[in-house]
Amino acid sequence: MIDTFSAIYLSMLLPLLAMVGNLIFADRANLRDGFTFACAVATFGAVLIVLANEGSAITQEVSLVEVFPGVDIAFNVEPLGLMFALIASGLWILTHIYGIGYMRGNNEDHHARFFAYFCIAISSVMGIAFASNMFTLFLFYEILTISTYPLVAHKGNKDSVDGARVYLGILIGTSIALQLTAIIWTYALTGTLDFTEGGIMEGKVAGWLAPILLALYAFGIGKAALMPFHKWLPAAMVAPTPVSALLHAVAVVKAGVFTMLKVGVYIFGIDYLAQTGASEWLMWLAAYSIIAASVIAMMQQNLKRRLAYSTVSQLSYITLGMALATSMGALGGGMHIAMHAMGKITLFMCAGAIYVKYHKTEIYQLKGLGRAMPITFAAFFVGSLSIIGLPPLGGSWSKFLLMMGAADTGHVVIIGVLMLSSLLNVAYLLPIVARAFFLPATGDTPTSYNEAPLFCWLPPAITAVGCIILFFYAGYIQEFLMPMVGG
Amino acid sequence: MAGAVEVQHTALTLTDHLPVLQVAIPFLAAPLIVLVGNRTFAWVLSFVASALALVISFLLLMAVYDGGYISYALGGWEPPWGIEYRVDAANALILFLISAIGTVVLPFAYPSVKAELKTTSHTLFYACYMLCFTGLLGVVVTGDAFNVFVFLEISSLSTYVLIAVGAERDKRALTAAYDYLIMGTIGATFFVIGIGFLYIATGTLNMADMSDRIADQGSNRAVRAGFAFIIVGMGLKVAMYPLHLWLPKAYTFAPSAVTIFLSATATKAAIYVLLRFMFTVYKPEFVFETNTSLLVFMPLAVIAMFSASFVAAFQVNFKRMLAYSSVAQVGYMLLGIALLNQTGLTATMVHMFNHGITKALLFMGAGAMFYYTGSAFYDKLGGLGRKMPITGACILIGGLSLIGVPGTAGFVSKWILVQAAFENGWWPVAIAIVLSSLLAVVYVWRAVEVLYLTPPAKNSTAKEAPLMMLIPMIILAGSCVYFGIFTDLPLGASETAANVLMNGTNGELLR
Amino acid sequence: MLDFIAGHANYWLFIVLMMTGLYIVVAKGNLVKKIVGLNIFQTAVFMLYISSAKVAGGTAPIFPTDSKGYIKTDGIDQIIYSNPLPHVLILTAIVVGVATTALGLALTVRIREEFGTIEEENLVEIEQSLTRADNKAHGEAMGGMA
Repeated sequence: MIDTFSAIYLSMLLPLLAMVGNLIFADRANLRDGFTFACAVATFGAVLIVLANEGSAITQEVSLVEVFPGVDIAFNVEPLGLMFALIASGLWILTHIYGIGYMRGNNEDHHARFFAYFCIAISSVMGIAFASNMFTLFLFYEILTISTYPLVAHKGNKDSVDGARVYLGILIGTSIALQLTAIIWTYALTGTLDFTEGGIMEGKVAGWLAPILLALYAFGIGKAALMPFHKWLPAAMVAPTPVSALLHAVAVVKAGVFTMLKVGVYIFGIDYLAQTGASEWLMWLAAYSIIAASVIAMMQQNLKRRLAYSTVSQLSYITLGMALATSMGALGGGMHIAMHAMGKITLFMCAGAIYVKYHKTEIYQLKGLGRAMPITFAAFFVGSLSIIGLPPLGGSWSKFLLMMGAADTGHVVIIGVLMLSSLLNVAYLLPIVARAFFLPATGDTPTSYNEAPLFCWLPPAITAVGCIILFFYAGYIQEFLMPMVGG
Repeated sequence: MAGAVEVQHTALTLTDHLPVLQVAIPFLAAPLIVLVGNRTFAWVLSFVASALALVISFLLLMAVYDGGYISYALGGWEPPWGIEYRVDAANALILFLISAIGTVVLPFAYPSVKAELKTTSHTLFYACYMLCFTGLLGVVVTGDAFNVFVFLEISSLSTYVLIAVGAERDKRALTAAYDYLIMGTIGATFFVIGIGFLYIATGTLNMADMSDRIADQGSNRAVRAGFAFIIVGMGLKVAMYPLHLWLPKAYTFAPSAVTIFLSATATKAAIYVLLRFMFTVYKPEFVFETNTSLLVFMPLAVIAMFSASFVAAFQVNFKRMLAYSSVAQVGYMLLGIALLNQTGLTATMVHMFNHGITKALLFMGAGAMFYYTGSAFYDKLGGLGRKMPITGACILIGGLSLIGVPGTAGFVSKWILVQAAFENGWWPVAIAIVLSSLLAVVYVWRAVEVLYLTPPAKNSTAKEAPLMMLIPMIILAGSCVYFGIFTDLPLGASETAANVLMNGTNGELLR
Repeated sequence: MLDFIAGHANYWLFIVLMMTGLYIVVAKGNLVKKIVGLNIFQTAVFMLYISSAKVAGGTAPIFPTDSKGYIKTDGIDQIIYSNPLPHVLILTAIVVGVATTALGLALTVRIREEFGTIEEENLVEIEQSLTRADNKAHGEAMGGMA
């Protein structure tokens, strides 16, 4: 059996191997994509080995190289990161299948380049998931930003260049100006950046400074799309849909909130946050972000943009979970990473399938399309319900935990916010499905069954089933994440 | 005394002569090149000389890496009477940087010089290059104040010539060289006035000796005036804002190979001299020095970081953009000095090294593209990142290092600098550092968009750069990444150097 | 007071010469005149060094010889010499100065060949027109300035 740390390194190296394969076999499409698929499966396998070896334990770190005194590039395994790695690598397999269908069905250019950057992004996501200190996390965080830039700018037209500029500007800008400052400040105050159970701030950082540091982190983690630094996410929708699906619904944005949770749980420490009340303001901002982004989402007519704003809103759930500063909230936030990932990737893949087959991007164009693409829209429906948080779908549990967390702190308003948000989710997601199934087809919309290519509808169908399965296994996830909050 | 000298001579081996060989080998290569007069042979000779210098500097650096110093009495005349070459971690690192860049640039220079200059001037070009190289090494290695001036002028005079030969492509190189000559000479003369005051006040020219005597007698007006003259004089050479006006023009119009070499070394050597005088000759405890760094260095450095970066963001010429960025980066190095703590000095030292390799890499990329397009204007570089993938990738790595993205050399220095600012409790300065690096994102990304996201010119004949250019670029790009992760060499040496400079403990005499 | 002024005569001269030189470099537009100014400036520094070497009552630092050229050995320790070191330093500095002048003049000649003028204001004008041409050719499309 492969030991844990070899498996961790494998999970980072295999995507890079896939990248090299893409470059070497650039002109042999089937070999190239098949090779990448094999690597994706192997990566998932490597993460599974880590899971089999360690379960939900928190392991010691293993250092690769010491960069500054006391600051290493080092990795360890802990439940939240392991869960994130499982989600990202598992969904990579599906997204790759989907990506093949999308890129070929849509006649996009430069497949090899596209998949190569995709692989680098996945590799850095694995680095983020297994990072054992803030420095290592930041390193891979920036690699992820830079490797996804060419994916956003993939089409090379003016729209995508402008979108990519906003994308990079906000992500690099916030991370260098705010997050890096926060990291170095933390290091200057505490002398360490290791993720430690219960945090490293206790007794070293004055109470008045904690909210300032938290603000630097919260806004500095631009990938978490906390308002007002959320604009990059809608801007990134110019990218091909596989990118929007895996990266901008799962890997990149989840890397953001994952970092947020890590900072809250392992740098500040839930208890420290609760004692100092440092995260109170963040809770309210996240609540505002949840509502405001939902309202904006309702006003979007472009399908992908609506989904993007929905993501902004959903990400704030996770930030909220951390900011509640209770173990229940943190658990809810952690679980929501998994639940929302499964739901939102379904929605994006459906949006992409519609685009590949019928080149429709606006919501008003979808009238009656449900009869032509029943599987796609059924999957979309299931994904929507999961996002809204209705049983029997995964999303209901994480929302439930978040509400429990809010109840623990006695913030009734926050519970209200969560409920209102669910209503808003209904208001902007379900009309899409209703429009597709119940309104008569107009224009060039076919009325008989005419689905997207197999590779485009199968992956969202699988993830939709995944949403249902997650409902029944939520208890396991909660138990799995328990060590994170010391339970 | 004569007897003592005799005894010392017999004990010397080749290793003992390393400090002088460091300077003497390239120095002797220069006239030899002129005498030989063959272009290819001239190149071979200068490459061999600089490679030897590189080996020597590496040996020296390894010898003093952990502290201590090497003292070499030139011609056997013992210091403080004779000229002393003194090597400790502070200058060994800079020696290593200069000779490494000097060596790495030469393979690049061969095709580049061939393309940019007419054949008759090639041998003289290499001779001047060797002289400039000698001068910079000499400035750094010597422990004698007046000797610094002499070597400074050797490097400066050859630099003016090297810049002026750019006139074969653009006549503005001549005025750039002339402007630099006037400014540089004023700077050097100011410096020598400062040395004069110090000599009048202390009666010695040996820096270590000077330091002791100033420490004994305390400050007086002559000593303070000398300090002011030295700072202003060296400030001109450093391109300290607002004395930087010569730099953008000179770097823009000089031949590519010259710009690469100068950008990585010339200002660094000058900063080293500043450091040496501020921390070894004068002690940082002097009030006037604290005030200087607080009231002069710090504001000027911060202004440079912002204004030069801002100007860089609006340039449409790649080389000129990089030149302005150099002014901004010098701001970071001066800021490290202004912080007046050991971490700050470490930041200055390590940033000199890291910025040296980064900027050399970027200017090489510009030179490689210039090789095909004959222009460094953005509208001529469109899409070249795709036509020259390796060159493009190297520029990208250099650009990321310039921004200070983690995993690159530039990040290491920025990290230390911000940390130093926090150590002083100067958090507004720390914020200024990170904010100004946002401007670096802007100007680097403009170049990246030009290289990758604009369509190439229809009749473009550009293809991947020749191997002679690619190898140096790959080496530098590799070191940008390597030193971003494995920081032992620059950071360890910088820490020792900062300790030497800050605490004045030279440690033991090694040789 | 008078003693102070008279006693520091060499320094006053140094200051006057230095300022004159610096002023010429800054104020004159002719490139040759600038170099002349630079020379005066440097000469001022030579004066500073050499005058500082004077020791009261000192003679040139040369061993006294008798009529046959042999070094006198008696009474040698009573002789006061001026400090020779600054002279030596300035010899080097003069060489540097000459080299600078030569290079500066050579550059001036080349500038005259290329630009047809050595007056700064004309040069600036020509350069500005070149920059404007660059702007026109390369700048507009990029939205910046050359």
